[in-house]
Amino acid sequence: MNSPGYALAKDNDGKPFWKFIAGELKPKGKFLTPFNIISVPVMIAGLIIIVIRFWKGLGEVTNLTQEVPWGLWIGFDVVTGVAFAGGAYVLTFMVYILNMKQYHSLVRVTVLNGFLAYVFYAGALLLDLGRPWNVINPIIGNSFGTSSVLFLVAWHFLLYMMAQLLEFSPAIAEWLGARRARKILSGMTVGAVIFGITLSTLHQSGLGALYLMAKDKIHPLWYSEFIPVMFFVSSIFAGLSMVIFEGSISHRVFFDQISEENHKKQKNIVRGLSKICAVAMFAYFTLQVLVFIHGKRWEYLDTSMGYWYLLEMIGFVLLPMTLFFTSYRKNNITLIRVAAIITMLGIIMNRLNVTVIGFRWDQAIRYVPTWMELVVTLTVIFTEIWIFRWVINRMPVLRDSPSWVKDEE
Amino acid sequence: MDLNRRTFFRVLGATGIAAATGQRLAAAPPGGSLTEFSGILYDSTLCAGCQNCEVTCAEANGLPAPTATMEAGVTRNTDEAHRTVVNTFTTSKGEAFCKKQCMHCNEPACTAACLTQAMYKTKEGPVIWRGEKCMGCRYCMVSCPFDIPKFEYHSANPKIEKCTMCYEKMIDGKKPACVENCPAGALVAGSRRELIKEARKRIAANPDQYVDYIYGEHEAGGTGSLYLSGVPFDEIGLKTSIQTKSYPELSKGFLYSVPTIFVLWPALLLGLKEATKNNNSNSEDHE
Repeated sequence: MNSPGYALAKDNDGKPFWKFIAGELKPKGKFLTPFNIISVPVMIAGLIIIVIRFWKGLGEVTNLTQEVPWGLWIGFDVVTGVAFAGGAYVLTFMVYILNMKQYHSLVRVTVLNGFLAYVFYAGALLLDLGRPWNVINPIIGNSFGTSSVLFLVAWHFLLYMMAQLLEFSPAIAEWLGARRARKILSGMTVGAVIFGITLSTLHQSGLGALYLMAKDKIHPLWYSEFIPVMFFVSSIFAGLSMVIFEGSISHRVFFDQISEENHKKQKNIVRGLSKICAVAMFAYFTLQVLVFIHGKRWEYLDTSMGYWYLLEMIGFVLLPMTLFFTSYRKNNITLIRVAAIITMLGIIMNRLNVTVIGFRWDQAIRYVPTWMELVVTLTVIFTEIWIFRWVINRMPVLRDSPSWVKDEE
Repeated sequence: MDLNRRTFFRVLGATGIAAATGQRLAAAPPGGSLTEFSGILYDSTLCAGCQNCEVTCAEANGLPAPTATMEAGVTRNTDEAHRTVVNTFTTSKGEAFCKKQCMHCNEPACTAACLTQAMYKTKEGPVIWRGEKCMGCRYCMVSCPFDIPKFEYHSANPKIEKCTMCYEKMIDGKKPACVENCPAGALVAGSRRELIKEARKRIAANPDQYVDYIYGEHEAGGTGSLYLSGVPFDEIGLKTSIQTKSYPELSKGFLYSVPTIFVLWPALLLGLKEATKNNNSNSEDHE
């Protein structure tokens, strides 16, 4: 790695490599922002809880039981978080496969978001493992449980993280000023995208397939042999809603980083995404109705779980779908953002209904997460946002690439 | 951004590797159909409810001696310190007992769920847990329709506890501790095939005494633990909603679709990419 090091020194104002990195590691901007004031105490508390968890066992900090072995950390952090990270494969599909170039300015930030989401949710998975020192077993050695859906999901997480890192790597190379590396890495983007979309199709649905064997344990309104298909289709609009939501925040928080041209484009981009969301949600809703009727589930409707199901389907799928559609027609960006937030709440509802709320719904004593499980979940999310902010402030993610990139292309 | 030959081969290679890994994902029953699985037949009509099996099980497996006694109306469960429990039920024919432990399915959901083969269906029949492989993900617990694997939540080095049909003793040619020490003779160990024969014989000899059904013959695709009862099985706390197909069968369809998608998707995506290239002039020559 000698020659890129030399190239770096030239590009970053002649500073040696380690000095450049040391400078970049320092915090930038004000420290006492509202976000920091809230997140830092939570993260410290979260770290303490994590220490207790590894020291005394999972039961010390969680409400998990022998009947409900997977709680908030799997149901929310992993299953819901990965659905929200779906934006990366949908956008790369649109830009690199369907050549919808107008969305190109969103790709980097979405891929970064997706990559960090996977890193941190896989990290959250480690917290939930009882014997994490054996986590390497499904990756190496002769312990491949190839008939396990979880084996597939684990491998896909790992491979997809690498594919996303490859997709994002040109931004890192631009930050470091590594021209040769950037050229090589950019050349691999399309391969990584195709591999990444294939992996995403399989593990987005795979997360649903995890619950196929729990047939007798999940409420019939949420269990069907089509859970994998439902999870896949809903990950499309879950991911895009996240892109819309995250974009509306980024455009305020990181205002100065975004070029005027991209600010102007923003409106059309959001409108376009809104239309795609509406169509995907229509397909999803139709599928849900088909499964409901085909499964002859009428008898469950007039129960408390039935009302909950109706609320999810009408209030959090049908309503935002209509909102996406009408606000696309009327060109109302604010309403599109509202629709995106309702959709995201609906996705949280749906994933938790399958994994936590509808799981063992017939038990007398229900699983409710402890406050400590919540704090750890928040810690995971906040840490991710910290890293995200750190990268955005340094690498050309939202802002345009350095000028030498254009010269080379 | 154009797709050149090198990119194409790179994608193709990656797909090939993935497809090769994918094919091994097929859920297959361990062993062939000729394998004789061992099992245990529990005859509820003979059980006296002495709970001696609980005591000897704890002794044989180094677990704390059980102290709880059974009580009608209270269903005790196996847990991380009790691999087997006996419950009493007030049924249509008076008091009846039922022993609970791992069912040792022919095609267990827990072993299909396990991504490290820690939960393992031995060729002899018992389903065992191998700590050196387990990463404690508890997917076996999510998947088991009988809720058998139990996890030590209050330990920094947690184990999964479940009945192993005393696998180590079985290798030495001995019987499981509970079978060996049942004073009422309610438990019989042997090959699953012979146990089913024996159960049929008992039903035929005393048709009034038994319900004409062997619980476990078809449940979850067949189980190593078999039950005879004088009353309908739901009256002694056995789940009658269990499907007769094996549980791994439920995720088989998904797993079988994996290699297909791994082969078709990249090809489809490449095709779409080419098709939507529209105005961009193609500088590369594709042979």
